[in-house]
Amino acid sequence: MSVNTLLGRLGVAIGVFLIVSPAILFFLWMISLSVKFEVDNAAYPPVFWPEHFAWKNYADVLSSNRFFTYFKNSLLVTGGATALAMLVGVPAGYGIARMAAHKSAIVILIARITPGLSYLIPLFLLFQWLGLLGTLWPQIIIHLVVTVPIVIWIMIGYFETTPIELEEAARIDGATRWQVFRHVALPVAKPGLAVAFILAVIFSWNNFVFGIVLAGRETRTLPVAVYNMISFDQLSWGPLAAAALIVTLPVLLLTVFAQRQIVAGLTAGAVKGG
Amino acid sequence: MRPPSYWPFVVPALVTVLAVIIFPWLFTIWMSFQEWKVGAPTTFVGLSNYLRLPADPRFVEAVGHTLSYTALSVLLPLVLGTFAAVLFHARFPGRGLLRALFIMPMMATPVAIALVWTMMFHPQLGILNYLLSLVGLPPQLWVFHPGTVIPSLVLVETWQWTPLVMLIVLGGIASLPTEPYESAQIDGASTWQMFRYITLPLIMPFLFIAAMIRAIDAIKSFDIIFAITQGGPGSASETINLYLYSVAFVYYDLGYASAIAVVFFALIVALTALLLVLRRRAQWNALGSDT
Repeated sequence: MSVNTLLGRLGVAIGVFLIVSPAILFFLWMISLSVKFEVDNAAYPPVFWPEHFAWKNYADVLSSNRFFTYFKNSLLVTGGATALAMLVGVPAGYGIARMAAHKSAIVILIARITPGLSYLIPLFLLFQWLGLLGTLWPQIIIHLVVTVPIVIWIMIGYFETTPIELEEAARIDGATRWQVFRHVALPVAKPGLAVAFILAVIFSWNNFVFGIVLAGRETRTLPVAVYNMISFDQLSWGPLAAAALIVTLPVLLLTVFAQRQIVAGLTAGAVKGG
Repeated sequence: MRPPSYWPFVVPALVTVLAVIIFPWLFTIWMSFQEWKVGAPTTFVGLSNYLRLPADPRFVEAVGHTLSYTALSVLLPLVLGTFAAVLFHARFPGRGLLRALFIMPMMATPVAIALVWTMMFHPQLGILNYLLSLVGLPPQLWVFHPGTVIPSLVLVETWQWTPLVMLIVLGGIASLPTEPYESAQIDGASTWQMFRYITLPLIMPFLFIAAMIRAIDAIKSFDIIFAITQGGPGSASETINLYLYSVAFVYYDLGYASAIAVVFFALIVALTALLLVLRRRAQWNALGSDT
């Protein structure tokens, strides 16, 4: 091996170390904060590895009965908004791809560039008028603003690349449009379904702005609940960091295990909700 | 055989989009011409909500904050993301895992990471001032001082969104032909020269896409700013989006808030269009240099 290749490899190693360490160090510090007692969290110079671990921080968060209400709310809002988005978005992506109706993508584009807050004012009034405030429905419905465009956008891309010959053959054999979609097109687009589903789940789970306006005491999702913890415990960093970690843990695990799908989805349309 | 109609597939989504995207927009435009405070009847006031904007110092200030925040939050991730993409294009052991760790900041729940950043920014107990002291730099007030709050928030935004730029540019680099590099290597070009004269011009279209997406996301950034500073100290980090939130859901001045929403949207469209024009001009220049 020449000196130059060796130097090149060393350069890449140093560069990768520099560029990745802010992410790694941040999450390590987040873990460290979450397992320390207040004495250690308020120490200067900072304590990195505590003598006594404060597992109590996690126990406190998990054992508060409110936590499970908020967790359930998050599951219902994200689950509902993703399921509905798949239900209407997957067929729509198929229809748009087959009709080659590329102009319709402009609506998706508008949704992509509109600040989430703009939807909140009119929909807030609508939900108030319908008497839905206080239930989870307003949040499930408004999360569609995030999930539906993601699903449609990704599915258009997938259905455009799947071969049409198979579908034509099925139609000649007498299959209906619906049967062709259900039994021919859909199975081929399975990887796309996974990508759309994962991204919709992540961006709905992470959403904060809709919740702070629409959620009441009983209908908070986890991100809103963790934000509300700040005002109550101004200086107890341990439980706060533990709660923050619990909220974001499902997403971080998904990032590690479904990295391929996430990268494929983000680079396909670079969609992001909110 | 008559080609099948695909309309039935699209109708449910069309209804959904009309209800949650088109209707809110039409309603917002209509409301922007009304005087409407919650609990009071609406009255048509014509353009007066729009005319209030240039005379509202808080709005004018918010536009300034938004522009500087956006400019920095496009440039820094663009430079660092390109650097990261070049690195991740190389093959090295542990690449997959390191890439997963690298993209974690943009997938993590924004409010959760904002809380931890707030702790890290703490002037007395924060880890950042400790790190500064290690290299002999004076402690900073970070998000607690009007002069440093926007750069500090940009630091978070950069940390969070550099990975997206990396992914887009990495996709671009992966699609490049290998021949130019082979002949450059034979001619004895250095790594920097190859990057500067081959890679960079070829990935320009990807850089423009990344810049556009970054600009759209940065200009409407909300979660991070709201959770860390709520627009403070004072109103030093109040962007248009945060001001819009206050007008709508703190003061409940819904007509005026709708006018802000419309102007804000127009600003985003203008910014997107500007970047598209720049991109076209860059393409023309590239064509021109060929002849």
